[in-house]
Amino acid sequence: MRVELDNLSKSWDGVVGADKITLDISDGDLVAFLGPSGCGKTTTLLMVAGIYKPSGGTISFDGRVVNEVAPKDRGIGMVFQSYALYPHMTVFGNISYPLRIQKLDKAVIKDRVQKVADMMGIGDLLDRKIAQLSGGQQQRVSLGRALVKEPQLLLFDEPLSNLDARLRLTMRGEIKRLQGDLGITSIYVTHDQVEAMTMADRIAVMSKGILQAYDVPEALYDRPKTLFVAGFVGNPPMNFLDIEVTRDNGEFRAKSESIDLILPQERAEKAAAVKGKVTMGLRPEDLNLAEGTSGHSGPTLSGVAETVEPLGREDLVGVGINGVEMRVLVDKTRGVRVGDNLDLQVDPSKIQLFDPVTENSLLWA
Amino acid sequence: MTQSLEKETDTGVPAGDPTSQRSTLARRVRATATAYGFMGPAIVLVLLFFIVPGILLLVLSFTNLSSANFSDPWSYIGFDNFSRLFSDPFFPKILRNTAFYVFTTLIFFNLGLALVLALVTTNIPRRAGFFFRLVWLLPRLTPSVVYIMMWQRIGQADPFGIYNQIVPGFLGASGGNLFLGGSPWTFVILTNGFVGASFGMIIFTSALESIPKDLITAAKVDGASLWRIIRDIKLPLIKWPLLFIATYQTLSLLTSFEYILLLTEGGPGLFTTEVWALTAYKRAFSSYFGNSQWAFGATWAIVLVSVALVLAVGYVKLFKFNELIEEPRIENL
Ligand SMILES: Nc1ncnc2c1ncn2[C@@H]1O[C@H](COP(=O)(O)OP(=O)(O)OP(=O)(O)O)[C@@H](O)[C@H]1O
Ligand SMILES: [Mg+2]
Repeated sequence: MRVELDNLSKSWDGVVGADKITLDISDGDLVAFLGPSGCGKTTTLLMVAGIYKPSGGTISFDGRVVNEVAPKDRGIGMVFQSYALYPHMTVFGNISYPLRIQKLDKAVIKDRVQKVADMMGIGDLLDRKIAQLSGGQQQRVSLGRALVKEPQLLLFDEPLSNLDARLRLTMRGEIKRLQGDLGITSIYVTHDQVEAMTMADRIAVMSKGILQAYDVPEALYDRPKTLFVAGFVGNPPMNFLDIEVTRDNGEFRAKSESIDLILPQERAEKAAAVKGKVTMGLRPEDLNLAEGTSGHSGPTLSGVAETVEPLGREDLVGVGINGVEMRVLVDKTRGVRVGDNLDLQVDPSKIQLFDPVTENSLLWA
Repeated sequence: MTQSLEKETDTGVPAGDPTSQRSTLARRVRATATAYGFMGPAIVLVLLFFIVPGILLLVLSFTNLSSANFSDPWSYIGFDNFSRLFSDPFFPKILRNTAFYVFTTLIFFNLGLALVLALVTTNIPRRAGFFFRLVWLLPRLTPSVVYIMMWQRIGQADPFGIYNQIVPGFLGASGGNLFLGGSPWTFVILTNGFVGASFGMIIFTSALESIPKDLITAAKVDGASLWRIIRDIKLPLIKWPLLFIATYQTLSLLTSFEYILLLTEGGPGLFTTEVWALTAYKRAFSSYFGNSQWAFGATWAIVLVSVALVLAVGYVKLFKFNELIEEPRIENL
């Protein structure tokens, strides 16, 4: 099912939950709503579900405006962070509830519940009470309940946030595979960008009720259109520095007290036209420790290691450069310690530049 | 906390060690003393205001203590009071009245109306809901005498009663003793029910408000109508408060009589609205000839208490209240 949100807004006397959200979801796609806490993800999702009545704008399913359609008639299934299972019913009672409301034949209900439960790997738990299940099993029941009525649209509100890291990884793959196999259009709310990047066909990045960007994951990572998107997408987050871009006889330079870099023309041209400071963004993975002291290519920065956080395969090193801290991913074998003097190599072709006033990209906006 | 930690380490000590056994014993005694210390005030209260009066009542019911033979109090007369009670010509009527009064008020008001009020006031905007609940609390906050006098003004015979002045006129019917005189039970149950409903309303409201919002959202998405949400989700989830109110209000209705006393005094006519507790009161303190039959009143009361006890145990068994009580998580305090 194709879903279109057109200028969708919600506010409660003065409190803005969602502000003029406009986006199209193609049939069969999984779209992630990504953003920090309180940015309006749940609000938007609940409007799509028909629980909240929009204060403005429209929601259309396959071209039909559904603003006034009751949740039960929207053909949706929903999965919650809290699982929202009915505690007084068994697993069977929970999964069969949507079908029992439709007053389907008992044998049909039994059949469909068993099929869905088997698909979710909980076929042998149907007689259990909810309190007797682990978190992961509960989330499978909840997913089963959403799927059993064969919805046109699946809504997920942070379904994996209550699970431990390992289980989250498994369930992530499972949900994605299931969604792909069944081809059900899905909206997946999360504040975990890894989840969004790995699962979604497209990501809607939100902040303070506003849709900041809506694009495929690679585009958000490589070509962030706003400062917010650049800072929010990517882990560990992008480093930002205030610099001035100047043009001296055909050569573009990025300058500040701590930095003096030569920039490629295609990146710097627009920034050079800005009077005063611009914001430069550099991802930790695009900064490298210079090998040795000479013979390297490209511009370098010098600083002192101030913090070292082991991440397993790599260390996340905070390098102080004239009072500005830059996060850098360094191979563990380098054995960087706090206090070490480091030379950082910058890949100028990965540099992002933003207008500090409008916060829009000077490369992609 | 530290004690339970100590206890944990204690279990690691070989069982044969005498010093450890002694310290365990000492600790157990201390823990028991602490427990009784905490329960002490409640135990004293129950003893003083329930057990002791109960025993006095029982003793009293085997005597003929009354204002008529004050010169010779406490003389034992065996089961005379009891046989007199059960052979009272009005005993069946009083029994029927009591059952009718208790269960009608309970079902339609203390449970029914309370539930409806709770469901309605939790489904309208918060502030309006709060306001309505406050209004429903007013009868409970009003002194009984004032409250009943207001009802009497409403229900008095034609041409005085407010109801009889207004409504029959509307309906074109002739006035009359429509309420208090004509249908006193309606009045008795309304006055009690309007007060009684507010208690359940408060309990049910807080129980309903503690149901997670996600559950209701899930039910809506699953296709449930308002009625199905109430039937399938809300009512099962407030099962315990419902059973608690049913039990508690049965017992309190069984022993309540002050509104009936003020409103109809058990009349009009002979025992029309007389309930058991009222009979006990009247026999003990205000008999027809100014004779206070304390012992006979006590007999009515002790039988009523016994009935209440049986009902209470029945409810607890029927509703499986012990399932509510979990084993304490903290062991060996
Ligand atoms: N019923 C409500 N009444 C008033 N304000 C609300 C209501 N629901 C949400 N809001 C406000 O709307 C904004 C967006 O809330 P929303 O629940 O959509 O955030 P979210 O993106 O889902 O956050 P989280 O990741 O913490 O779940 C918040 O500022 C919140 O306080
Ligand atoms: Mg949310």
